[in-house]
Amino acid sequence: MKGQTDRMVPSRRDRFRPFLYLLPAAVLIGVFSIFPLVYGFVVSLCRWGIVFERYVGLGNYYRAVLDPDFRQSLIVTIYYVIGTVPAGLILSYIIACLLFQKLRARGMYRTIYFLPYVTSTVAAAAVWRWFFDPNQGLANAGLALLGLDGIGWVQEPRSIFQVFASLAGLQLDWGGPSVALLCVIVFSIWQSLGFNVVIFLAGLSAVPAEVHEAALIDGASGWRLARYVTIPMISPTIFFLVIVSVIRAFQAFNQIYVMIGGHPMSEARNVTMFIFTKFYSSGQVGYGSAVAFLLFVIILALTMAQMKLLAKVTHY
Amino acid sequence: MKFRRLLSHIVLLLGALLMAFPFLWMIASSLMTEIETKTITASGGSLWALLKALVPAKLMVGNYVEAWTKAPFARYFLNTIFVSLAVTGCVLITSVLAGYTFGRLQFKGKTIIFGIFMATMMVPFEVILIPNSLLIQRLGLQNTYPALVLPWAANVFSIFLLKQFFQSVPSDYFDAAQIDGCSHWQFLWRVAVPMVKPALITVAIFAFLGSWNSLLWPLIVTDDPGKRVLQVGLSTFLEEEKSMTHLLMAACVFTTAPIVALYLILQRWFIEGVAGVGLKG
Repeated sequence: MKGQTDRMVPSRRDRFRPFLYLLPAAVLIGVFSIFPLVYGFVVSLCRWGIVFERYVGLGNYYRAVLDPDFRQSLIVTIYYVIGTVPAGLILSYIIACLLFQKLRARGMYRTIYFLPYVTSTVAAAAVWRWFFDPNQGLANAGLALLGLDGIGWVQEPRSIFQVFASLAGLQLDWGGPSVALLCVIVFSIWQSLGFNVVIFLAGLSAVPAEVHEAALIDGASGWRLARYVTIPMISPTIFFLVIVSVIRAFQAFNQIYVMIGGHPMSEARNVTMFIFTKFYSSGQVGYGSAVAFLLFVIILALTMAQMKLLAKVTHY
Repeated sequence: MKFRRLLSHIVLLLGALLMAFPFLWMIASSLMTEIETKTITASGGSLWALLKALVPAKLMVGNYVEAWTKAPFARYFLNTIFVSLAVTGCVLITSVLAGYTFGRLQFKGKTIIFGIFMATMMVPFEVILIPNSLLIQRLGLQNTYPALVLPWAANVFSIFLLKQFFQSVPSDYFDAAQIDGCSHWQFLWRVAVPMVKPALITVAIFAFLGSWNSLLWPLIVTDDPGKRVLQVGLSTFLEEEKSMTHLLMAACVFTTAPIVALYLILQRWFIEGVAGVGLKG
């Protein structure tokens, strides 16, 4: 089907047709995707407040590498990726496997699990923010029910481990992800679960039924069936989900903006939020651009590394 | 086997409850009095008191009216509907044309141009956020509808998806159409487009949903309340009325309701669209 599809005698009009058809998309992508990339790189090489001041070469990049706030935001981003991706994928895989059986009300379950994905992050995060509100939230009501003191939840800069240690009357120096970030992580897993489930279901239904039956006849079941048959068979789906989830997790913004606020504490401020505040509140356009490019390089390198690694373990 | 099925139902039901709880909680608290929303935490003394506190004593439907009139939500809705429809329409046109070109036409430089298009998908949005907003300011488009629509009017992923679908339209159709004296333009709109309708619906849903739910970009290019879209309006409302939880939740309900209704009606397309993307991607 890939062969020659245009068999008319090539006239002038035919030669220009492809370019004419491509024009709208090419202009838009050129102006709003490719040009900004070049422009952004130029900006990142300049001292640029509200307007251009002067060329500083890699100055903004040096500054970023030495900036403890940027490093902190990178650590928050990494915590967020580690917190959301594996847990989110494992949970959705389990749900997808359960939904893959011939069950009554399957459609209804699927509808409910997918619902958070279509809901706007702002409205959904607002409910969760209230749920985790330190003064009026349900989460602290739950703790009170267990006879525990309330904690700050979305306003809690202490790490999970520090909170646990303080329950035992200990003090812990080492941080780890803050409770505030954990709230955002829980929310994000909840929100993206349905998307992952639907993709997993599509992957599972693409596995030929005979493969499963053969494995069952050979006496494989439960964990062994999953480990040696199902998971290898759907590894391209897992591959796709890992890459997409990691990229998305690196770019999280809305959930932090709504749950923690537009000026989040540094314990819950990821790189996207850092760029936003540098640009939007402090008017440090050049520096913000440099950080954005660093993030780009990190995401690109990570995606490449994942592709290499996952290609090795993926069976096609 | 029967036991396993029961266990599956129990797990799925518990999960579904967790998934649905925030929605139920949103609706329940949108119907509470201000006092009721402020005494939840205090009612954690006993299980019974807590359960009672989850349900509004009287349904305060008036919360919806109050929230609706406290901020120009009608304006936000109109802006959002207009912007989302415009984005969806533009994405459909640009992706059909470009997808058809890449999928069915032969021309010099096709591989390179397609490669450049695909490469732009690798660029995270944060990277072009700042230069794009500088560009919008330079063009004098700050606080205008074009600023909200144009950067989203072409989407490489949609182009890629339609290219795949156009490629799978058998060439025989084109040959037959050509014999009947049909031009490329007529063939595209009369024959090819109707044949890839499922893909078009997927593209439209994603474009509409993405536009309807977007926050970061509209936040940056609009500061005039008259040009605010729903998500910006809602997040501003969330800050301005921070202590009025019952009103916040009412606003969340009526801003979420249209998209949830759309999802429930077009469910099949939403879910199949996502599933198809997973397989094609």
